[in-house]
Amino acid sequence: MLLPFVWMLATSVKPAGDVFTSFDSPMKALVPREVQWQNYGKVYDSTQAMGGGFARWYLNSVFVAVVVTLGQVTTSACAAYAFARLKFPGRDKLFLGYLGTMMIPGAVTMIPNFILMRKITEWLTVAAPFVNWDAPRVVSLFGRAYEVGRLVGPDSYAALIVPVMFSAYGTFMLRQFFMSIPRDLEEAATIDGCGLFRIFTTIIVPLSKPALATLTIFTFMGNWQSFYWPLVMVTQDSMKTLPLGLLSFMGLYSTQWALLMAGSMMMILPMIIVFILGQKWFISGIQLGALKG
Amino acid sequence: MASTKRGQSALAGYLFLLPNLLGFLAFTLIPVLASLGLSFFEWDLFTPPKFVGLHNFAMLMKDREFWYYAFNAFFLMLAIPVNILGSLLLAMAMNQKLRGIVVFRTMYFMPSIVAGVGTYLLWRWIYNPDYGLINTIIAGWFPRWFNDWIRSLGMDWPPPWLTSVTWAKPALMFMSFWTVVGGYNMILYLAALQGVSPELYEAADIDGANQWQKFWAVTWPLVSPTTFFIFTMSVIGGLQGGFEQAFAMTRGGPAGATTTISYYIYNHAFAWNQMGYAAAMAWVLFAAVFAVTLMNWRMGGRIVHY
Repeated sequence: MLLPFVWMLATSVKPAGDVFTSFDSPMKALVPREVQWQNYGKVYDSTQAMGGGFARWYLNSVFVAVVVTLGQVTTSACAAYAFARLKFPGRDKLFLGYLGTMMIPGAVTMIPNFILMRKITEWLTVAAPFVNWDAPRVVSLFGRAYEVGRLVGPDSYAALIVPVMFSAYGTFMLRQFFMSIPRDLEEAATIDGCGLFRIFTTIIVPLSKPALATLTIFTFMGNWQSFYWPLVMVTQDSMKTLPLGLLSFMGLYSTQWALLMAGSMMMILPMIIVFILGQKWFISGIQLGALKG
Repeated sequence: MASTKRGQSALAGYLFLLPNLLGFLAFTLIPVLASLGLSFFEWDLFTPPKFVGLHNFAMLMKDREFWYYAFNAFFLMLAIPVNILGSLLLAMAMNQKLRGIVVFRTMYFMPSIVAGVGTYLLWRWIYNPDYGLINTIIAGWFPRWFNDWIRSLGMDWPPPWLTSVTWAKPALMFMSFWTVVGGYNMILYLAALQGVSPELYEAADIDGANQWQKFWAVTWPLVSPTTFFIFTMSVIGGLQGGFEQAFAMTRGGPAGATTTISYYIYNHAFAWNQMGYAAAMAWVLFAAVFAVTLMNWRMGGRIVHY
């Protein structure tokens, strides 16, 4: 089970020539003759010219994943509270609608969303011609220029973030959890004159910490690996997230396996750390999502 | 008084729902309908869309490539029963009160957590025909008479894996086994196993049942709801899957051997700008997923013990 990871780590520190040596015994292939940690530095340096390289891709991935996660968890929690506790016309039908869309293949919605992102620049230019919607922006920071993409449309942070910021799954999962919270506390708070928003922030949210933590970790990890949507939205190197960056790195250094494995290692290491730190939330989260459903 | 209160609650309900609902409408519900509409058009995004009625669907039925890629997706799904059985056996092994078992659980869970472009590149390297780990193991640890014997049957040995039409799919299936066997499914099985009352096993012991009989008479029926859930989810995932690893590892090749339906949709929509045809295909895929879900609901009651 761990053997592939051992092989990955071993390859990532081998001198370039040693990768292409046939070994008569797997043990010799798995233990590097010489350890070159510089490979990691080389990956960092050699991608610099690709729109900033690994440093930039890390930054993009962290930024996109954090904003999407915050957005998803917040909007899901609010919606879940409405579905679980508040009464309003059409509530149950709407909830069924949410449930129904959960099994729709991603491609079905992705095509129109892609078209929307391609067209929105044109539309906004007509609606608000005083803003240059199409120009890629550059920000100067500490004497260096950083490409930050367009305001909207392809190669923009908005396109990477906004369409994936709303989750039916998160709403569903949190609603199931909120339903299991006893109502006594809320009733007492209502008698004390608490408004619905106060009840939400001072009772529901604190009591749901485990579910919220689980959803946060899941969403973050999912976004860290997210690949399909960024792939169709981004072409500019400096706007790439880590999976895309790694793939273009692969395209340029297709046979330098020591460097490629070092790059892959740099991509999965943060996830391994997050996973080990948040392990118990994973286990409980999987069971929460599937069994209560 | 009561009616204003109800009015307030309704207003608050809509307000709490609003952010999520707007996003849901804009990026899920309307797009679903839009892609249904789109499937009746021909559109390359540059010239105006042209209404073609059911032409896209008719073309799809005759598209031999589409059926080949559908076959590929089904072929890859043959790994599902093996993966499920592996998860169950692993969960049974993990369901013991041994010291350090958590370490093993973490270890087995790891691949499913990090699965993505990083591990796809890793497996591409593992499957390298000349210097990869697997072929090094085959050459170094398998008995020479065995390797010679397979070669004498006229097979490429050690296999060229991802570069060969014959071996590319089994290679992806083996990778999927490594990825999922200790992941979500195993955790679900673990929860199910912990729900099985020990008295049942004790009763079986008194009746003199052996391990094998205990498995078939107690464990297997009692975890059948979980098996059923996992199987359904895997089939739904399998129908629409296969894009990411194929894109990162083989680009769908060799000769389309690892292209699945989702990859074909990607090509039509995002590489070749055939939005209408891609939308039609996506809706056919949706219909297939829906059919599987319905069928499972219907059948569920009959083959599952609750």
